[in-house]
Amino acid sequence: MRKRWVVFFLLLAVCGVASAKDNSIQIKGSDTMVNLAQAWAERYMEKNPDIFIAVTGGGSGTGISSLLSGTCDIAMSSRDIKEKEIALARKKGIEPFETKVGLDGLAVVVNPKNPVSKLTIKQLADIFGGRITNWKELGGIDAKIAILSREVNSGTHVYFKEHILRGGDPGSKEEFAPSALMLPSSQAIADEVANNTQAIGYYGMGYISGKQKPVSIALDEKSEHVPPTIENVINGKYPISRPLFIYTNGKPSGELKNFDDFILSKEGQEIVLKTDFVPVR
Amino acid sequence: MRKFKEFIIERLIFFCGIASIVFVALIFLFLLKEGLALFQITTPLQFLFGRNWYPISEPPQLGILPLILGSLFVTLGAAIISIPIGVACAVYIAEVAPAKIKEALKAGIELLAAIPSVVLGFIGMITLVPWVKSVFHLPTGLTALSGSIMLAFMAMPTIVSIAEDALYSVPKNYKEGAFALGATHWQTIYRVMLPAASSGILAAVMLGIGRVIGETMAVMMITGNSAIIPHSILQPVRTLTATIAAEMGETVVGSEHYFALFAIGIVLFVVSFAINVTADLFLHKKR
Repeated sequence: MRKRWVVFFLLLAVCGVASAKDNSIQIKGSDTMVNLAQAWAERYMEKNPDIFIAVTGGGSGTGISSLLSGTCDIAMSSRDIKEKEIALARKKGIEPFETKVGLDGLAVVVNPKNPVSKLTIKQLADIFGGRITNWKELGGIDAKIAILSREVNSGTHVYFKEHILRGGDPGSKEEFAPSALMLPSSQAIADEVANNTQAIGYYGMGYISGKQKPVSIALDEKSEHVPPTIENVINGKYPISRPLFIYTNGKPSGELKNFDDFILSKEGQEIVLKTDFVPVR
Repeated sequence: MRKFKEFIIERLIFFCGIASIVFVALIFLFLLKEGLALFQITTPLQFLFGRNWYPISEPPQLGILPLILGSLFVTLGAAIISIPIGVACAVYIAEVAPAKIKEALKAGIELLAAIPSVVLGFIGMITLVPWVKSVFHLPTGLTALSGSIMLAFMAMPTIVSIAEDALYSVPKNYKEGAFALGATHWQTIYRVMLPAASSGILAAVMLGIGRVIGETMAVMMITGNSAIIPHSILQPVRTLTATIAAEMGETVVGSEHYFALFAIGIVLFVVSFAINVTADLFLHKKR
């Protein structure tokens, strides 16, 4: 008799979980965007108390692969979805739908004691590609350059490689110098740059603090050097910024659409600005 | 009814008993299934001895020699630091220390084992890394040496507690015999106790090394993770474990990169299995 009750309650519990799923949204993906999505989710849940939104990081690829396996409703990504992933999605009957939700300006930072404060894209490519190895060549002190990069699981790493090292040329075979240090988080790069006068690193503008000095960047020798600020990213003067995306299965509908609209609304885009990213509208 | 109960409990215990073996077998099968798919694209020799690790390029270059050497450098460094200190500490606890200090030391070492590795990594990053940089005048303190020092802390508790156990289980009459022959305390430890406990101490060392080679979080935070062939312990290195942890999140499921990470998993599995079996052989030799 008792057993039967247990089974009954188990069934009840399963039904409860299944019905609860209807008004919960799972968001997964880019570590860069976790704080942003969390801020959206918190505000949205305040306004709609019956909706539950869970945000998890893990990296852009993690997000996209969970969208494909149906374990999340929205994938955040700081890079474009790859051809391979689209093909895999179609095979599983999923149609990834892309929405651009913000921009992220990438800052190149050095230690505040480092005299170098402007660089061109070409010089950046030479530094991170391992062709310039001493700060002397850039007008700095006579010391080796310690290159700091994010790990290959980071959308930031991929963006920097494709747009700076390879200059946006898809045929290029350029790689990060093998001696580049691969650090697991943007915070780790920030900490190392703050302590190391020979280091140079890159990360999203949100991580800049008084302990690092952002370098002004010029597109080429003739252009002016522009510091990474929100205004300069919006008006397009600062040359290194990348789009942030969310992906859903097909055009969002129902509760997902409401959330999507919220993200692109004035309020949602203000949150983008508050978390140190650049709004798209 | 009672018999039925007995039967159920027996079955349950049986299931728990073989569960661990079943899980190990399943994990290994899964690793093999995912990892061996790599060798349709590249050969084992190219994989193990390739000098370039550029997994997300087109086409990817999947050579793990730098990673193997990275793991080896960090592990050897940690072994060189932790074995003498660990064994000496075990000798002190087992043979020399008065009862009070002994208890305090044992508790302290257990506490060391309880510190999560991410915390050790964090402490290392803030304190050890700048120190290594300034002492050796390096462009960066994120080096194999920093990783070795931090991992030595992690291997110590294993080495000390198992080696101490081995020393403790040496029959008392060995020691008494040595004293009766007029040997000093140090002579007894050095000539009698250590050789008698040697197989247990070797097992302790092997298990300590096993812990080091499998450690991930701390090494990822403080070794710099450059996939270069290291020439000295003062260079940044990238270990096998850190590679898997750092790259798994972003890899496209079913890509060459994905299979390569599982193949690295096989390499790690084989290495730590070999280390554990060796340790086990030493432990059984003792009995």
